[in-house]
Amino acid sequence: MTLSSPTKLELTAPTLAPHVQLGLHDDLVLEMYWHMLLARRLDERMWILHRQHQVAFHISGIGHEATQVAAAYALKRGHDFIFPYYRDLCLTLALGLTPRAMMLAMYGKQGEPMSGARQMPAHYSARHLNIVSVSSPVATQIPQAAGMALAMKYQNTDQVVMTCFGEGSTAEGDFHEGLNWAGIFKLPVIFLCQNNQYAISSPTDREMAVQNVADRAPAYGMPGVIFDGNDFIESYHAITQAIERARRGEGPTLLEAKMYRLVPHSSDDDDRTYRSREEVEAWKQRDPLLLARKYCVENGLLDDAHQAEFEQRAREIVDDADEFARNAPYPPPEEALNGVWGELPKI
Amino acid sequence: MSEITNIEAITRTLQQEMRRDPRIFITGEDVGKRGGVFRVTKGMYEEFGEARVIDSPLSELSLVAVGIGAALYGLRPIVEIQFADFIAPAFNQIVQEAARFRYRTNGDWHAPVLIRAPYGGGIGGGLYHSQSIEATYSHIPGLYVVAPSTPYDIVGMLRYALRVDDPVLFLEHKKTYRLIKGEAPDDDYMIPFCKADIKRVGSDMTVIAYGLMLHETLQAAQELMHEDINVEVIDPRTLNPLDRDTILSSVKKTGKALIVHEDNLTLGLGAEIAALIASEAFADLDAPVMRVAGPDVPAMPYARTMQDFFMPNAQKIADALRKLNAY
Repeated sequence: MTLSSPTKLELTAPTLAPHVQLGLHDDLVLEMYWHMLLARRLDERMWILHRQHQVAFHISGIGHEATQVAAAYALKRGHDFIFPYYRDLCLTLALGLTPRAMMLAMYGKQGEPMSGARQMPAHYSARHLNIVSVSSPVATQIPQAAGMALAMKYQNTDQVVMTCFGEGSTAEGDFHEGLNWAGIFKLPVIFLCQNNQYAISSPTDREMAVQNVADRAPAYGMPGVIFDGNDFIESYHAITQAIERARRGEGPTLLEAKMYRLVPHSSDDDDRTYRSREEVEAWKQRDPLLLARKYCVENGLLDDAHQAEFEQRAREIVDDADEFARNAPYPPPEEALNGVWGELPKI
Repeated sequence: MSEITNIEAITRTLQQEMRRDPRIFITGEDVGKRGGVFRVTKGMYEEFGEARVIDSPLSELSLVAVGIGAALYGLRPIVEIQFADFIAPAFNQIVQEAARFRYRTNGDWHAPVLIRAPYGGGIGGGLYHSQSIEATYSHIPGLYVVAPSTPYDIVGMLRYALRVDDPVLFLEHKKTYRLIKGEAPDDDYMIPFCKADIKRVGSDMTVIAYGLMLHETLQAAQELMHEDINVEVIDPRTLNPLDRDTILSSVKKTGKALIVHEDNLTLGLGAEIAALIASEAFADLDAPVMRVAGPDVPAMPYARTMQDFFMPNAQKIADALRKLNAY
C-alpha cells in the first residue's frame, strides 16, 4: 500500500466555479448553505435559551457547519451510516433530524426521539436515518464505526461508515484502536476529525506531539488528508474522495478538517480564561457561514432578497421548534424505568 | 447419549449456531488458525473461513467496540476475551456503550454483542489469569451476565444467548472446561435467561453456587449426606438479573442459606443474594445468611499454597455447612 502524506487539496480549473468542477448542482449548493444557516440560527437560539435559564445545557457546533454540511451531502442517505459526535448539529440536521427534535432534546421533553429525553442535548441518534447514538465519553464511537465497517465489508455491501470526532478525541486509546482495525482490515470507514483547535481549554499541542492529526494516518496504513474545514466546497471535495475510496474497497481515510470553535466549549465554559479575544476575532473572519454566503453570492446563487427570505424562514422554523418543545409535557417520571432490556425470546 | 465436556459443549454449540445463522461471526485474539488459546474455536476457521472467524489485533477495548458496531448493523458478533482478566480495557465499551445503547435511545438501537470470557482460578494462573469478574459486571443494568456450569446448561444457554437482543457477558469457568462432563442432547433445546436451576434437592439448607464452586458444593453436599445433612443446591445460572423466586422459595423451605463464590467476598454476588434473602425471607430464616468466598485481596496468587488458600473448595464449603447446620 502506498501511504500518502497529508495533502492540501487544490482545485485546478480556475475558469469554472469549484462546485461545478465537483459536479454539484447550484440548487444543492444553495441547499447546503440553507442547512448551515438553519443550524447556526438554531444553535444561537439554544445559547439564548440557556442564558435565559430555560434549558440546563448547550454544547454548540458553531464554526463547524461547513465540514458538517459537506459530510451530510457527501454521504449516501439511508445507505451509509454515521457515528456522529456532540458537535454535529448541522450534520444531523442536514441528514434529517428535525429542529423540533433538537429542541425537545434541549428542554428534555416527552417525545424527544433520540433518547426519550434521557441523554443531555446534542447526543444525536436516529436509527431510521442511520445515525448511530453517541455517548459522552469521547472517541468511543471510533472503534464502533470500524466494527460496523467490518460487518459491511463481510456482507459485501457498497456501504460506508463515517465517524466524527474532535482533535482531543485523538488522544484517546479508542482512536488508536479503531484506526488500527480499520487499517489492518482495509475497512470502508471515513474518520472525520473536526479539528477546532481546542479540547475545552487544551490546545492541540496538549493532545499530540505532531502538527496535524492527519500526520498520524501513515502509522495506520491509511492516507491522511488535511483540508480547510471552513470552506464547504473544499470540505465536500475532500470528504467525497474519501467516501469514494472506501466504497471502491480501497480502505479507510483519516480526514482532518481545520476549523475553529468560535464559541466556548459548552454553556458552562468561559473561554476567556484560556484564549485571547484577538485570536477568536481573527478566526471569525473565517466564519464558515460567512464564507459560504460569500461563495453563493459571488457565484450568483444568492442575492439579498433570497438571503432575507432564508433568514425569515429559519426564524420561523426555530420559533416553531422552540415553542413546540417549550409547550411539550415532561416525560412521566416512571418512564425512567423503561427500555433497559429488550423482550426475551420465547421458547 | 454420550457425555461431553464443558469446552466441547461450547465448541459444538458455536459450530451449530454458525451453521444455522450466517449473521454470527467470532472475533478474538488467536481464535482463527490457532483455534483459541483454550481451543474453543478449534476447526472453526477451517469450516467458516477468515470472514467469520477473525483473528483480531491485541486490543480488548476495540474487540468489544467492533462487536458493538457489527451488532448495531444487524450481525450477531461473538467476541472472545482471551482471559476475563484482560477485559478491563473494554470496561467502558461494555458498561457505557453496549449495555446502554437500548436505554440511551429509548429502544431505538440495541447492541446484542455476545462476549465470551474464560474466568476463574485454580489453574496456576496467578493474579492475571484467574480472576472472577462477575460481580463487577452484574452491577450493570442492560447487560446479561450468565455463567452456566454444566454441558447441558452451556449448550442451552449459549443457544439462547445468540437469540437475545441485548449484550451478554458469557462467563466460562476455565478450570471446568475439561474437568466437568455431562450429557447434553444433540437437539435444539434452549435454556432461558433469568432461570435458576435446582441442581440438588434437599431440605436442611440452601446453597447458592455457580461455576467451579457449583461442583465443589455438590461434592460437599454429597459428603454431608453421610452425616444425615440434606443440602439443596441452587445454580443461579444467570447472575444478572437473578432469578429471585427460585432462590427465595428454596430458602423459605430450608430456612438456612449459604452463598459460595470464588470472587472476593466484599460486594460479591453473595452480598446481593444475602440482601435479597434478608429483605424477602427474613421471617423464614433460622440462621444468619453465610458466605464462603475468595478473600478480599486484589487477585489470586500464583504459589500453589496461596492459591489453595484463596480458593474455596468442597472441604471449606462442607465445614461452613456444618456450622450453619448446627446454628
